[in-house]
Amino acid sequence: MKHEILEKNVGLLAITIFIVVSVAGLVEIMPLFFEIDVHRPIRGLKPLQALELEGRDVYVKEGCYVCHTQMIRPLYAETKRYGPYSLAGESVFERPFLWGSKRTGPDLARIGGRYSDDWHRIHLQNPRLLVPASKMPAYPWLKKNKIDYTNTEKKMRVLRSLGVPYTESDMVNSTNFVKNKTEEDALVAYLQQLGLAYKKFMS
Amino acid sequence: MGFYINMQIGFLVFASIIGYTLILYFTRKTTPSDSGDHSHNFDGIEELNEPLPAWWVWLFVLTIIYSVVYLILYPGLGDNTGFLKWNSQKACTDIIKQRDAQYQHIYLAYSKMRVEDLSTNLRALKIGKSLFINNCSICHGLDARGGNGFPNLTNNKWLYGGTPNEIRTSITNGRKGRMPPYGSVIGGEDILESTAYYVLSLSTKDVPQNLTSTGKLKFNTICSACHSLNAKGNKFIGAPDLTDPQWVYGGDFIDIKNSIKNGRHGVMPSHKDVLSKEQIHILTAYIFSLNKI
Repeated sequence: MKHEILEKNVGLLAITIFIVVSVAGLVEIMPLFFEIDVHRPIRGLKPLQALELEGRDVYVKEGCYVCHTQMIRPLYAETKRYGPYSLAGESVFERPFLWGSKRTGPDLARIGGRYSDDWHRIHLQNPRLLVPASKMPAYPWLKKNKIDYTNTEKKMRVLRSLGVPYTESDMVNSTNFVKNKTEEDALVAYLQQLGLAYKKFMS
Repeated sequence: MGFYINMQIGFLVFASIIGYTLILYFTRKTTPSDSGDHSHNFDGIEELNEPLPAWWVWLFVLTIIYSVVYLILYPGLGDNTGFLKWNSQKACTDIIKQRDAQYQHIYLAYSKMRVEDLSTNLRALKIGKSLFINNCSICHGLDARGGNGFPNLTNNKWLYGGTPNEIRTSITNGRKGRMPPYGSVIGGEDILESTAYYVLSLSTKDVPQNLTSTGKLKFNTICSACHSLNAKGNKFIGAPDLTDPQWVYGGDFIDIKNSIKNGRHGVMPSHKDVLSKEQIHILTAYIFSLNKI
């Protein structure tokens, strides 16, 4: 066999590259689709409620995931700092997941209940008021912006069509929970539930 | 994972390994190009088809051997656990157990001592301080002097009591402050302000009496239920002493007025999932030690 044949036939080269890359996918990615632990929710995992769901969208919109991860790796130091390592079953309702791979700020996978609501509100207004050395930006507008509740129900319906088990009453009543709430309310509600499902699962 | 998936992975992995070996073998070239291959030529620029350096080829061979050894020892073929039965979750929990055991004897020795004695033990306090910095300082500040909404832990004034057991309970289970909003209950704006003036007068001398008379009545009928008639507070529900100049939410007239109007709901989170009992014991001693002077 001569590599000249491959090098001088672009089409053939493309096909062989495709085959090589596919093998990696078939071996490393595809088997995960059949791994039950990866797509079965942990016991007691509940889909995000209306306000928390909107809070998650604020989280995404403000780009929190750029600096904060939501995945604690199974490494000693990490579990000591952030808490027990994350399980795949915790994120099965996440679309898209917000695990992240870059930590400018700390991991938030177990932040729920760690600090008080007041703490989060002050911290979002200006992190330096609580942590003098913090380099997190301030988000003062979250307090002023109201949540746009017109789409909440629709978002939940879309998520349900993707397999998130919302009940009909969750969706119909969703507006009541987000009406007149600020983005800060929603974001704090979202942050305060992170990791709680795991805590319940373990206890 | 099912049988077919395992077969698929196994087949593809071994086919790849064999495939790479074959490619390496059949495309090998051992003779230098002096022997005549000058065919790769463009615009007079000639690229010779030289053999790969021997060290490179052997490195390739080494990676192939390594991959086979790896697949025998470690999990890499579907459900196969590998000869060493290693897995990342177990590796992590093992090392957590091992390290915890390593440090446990330090904590255990201290957990047998009384908090009062520990609070003068410099080595224990050093551990306590680092526990404090890692877990508490984010709200109570590095110097434990608190901030607006977060109590000062160094002034010997306690919302929920300052005995070792009370401090321990606060850390372990957390606390939930419940000062309800009285803005709409207490009466008009002037009554609200008068009450605020009265509360202010409890800790400062220079508030004119004519401002506080209505407030005093309101205080005795409403506020005293939690803060008690002498305004000394009640540590069982975390109602603060209002007669000292120490304030959690600020002691200006405006601050006090806001507290009465909107209520306050300070929350101290529970730490029983974050810290071990022994760690909380040392932390209690550290916080206790901050208040002795």
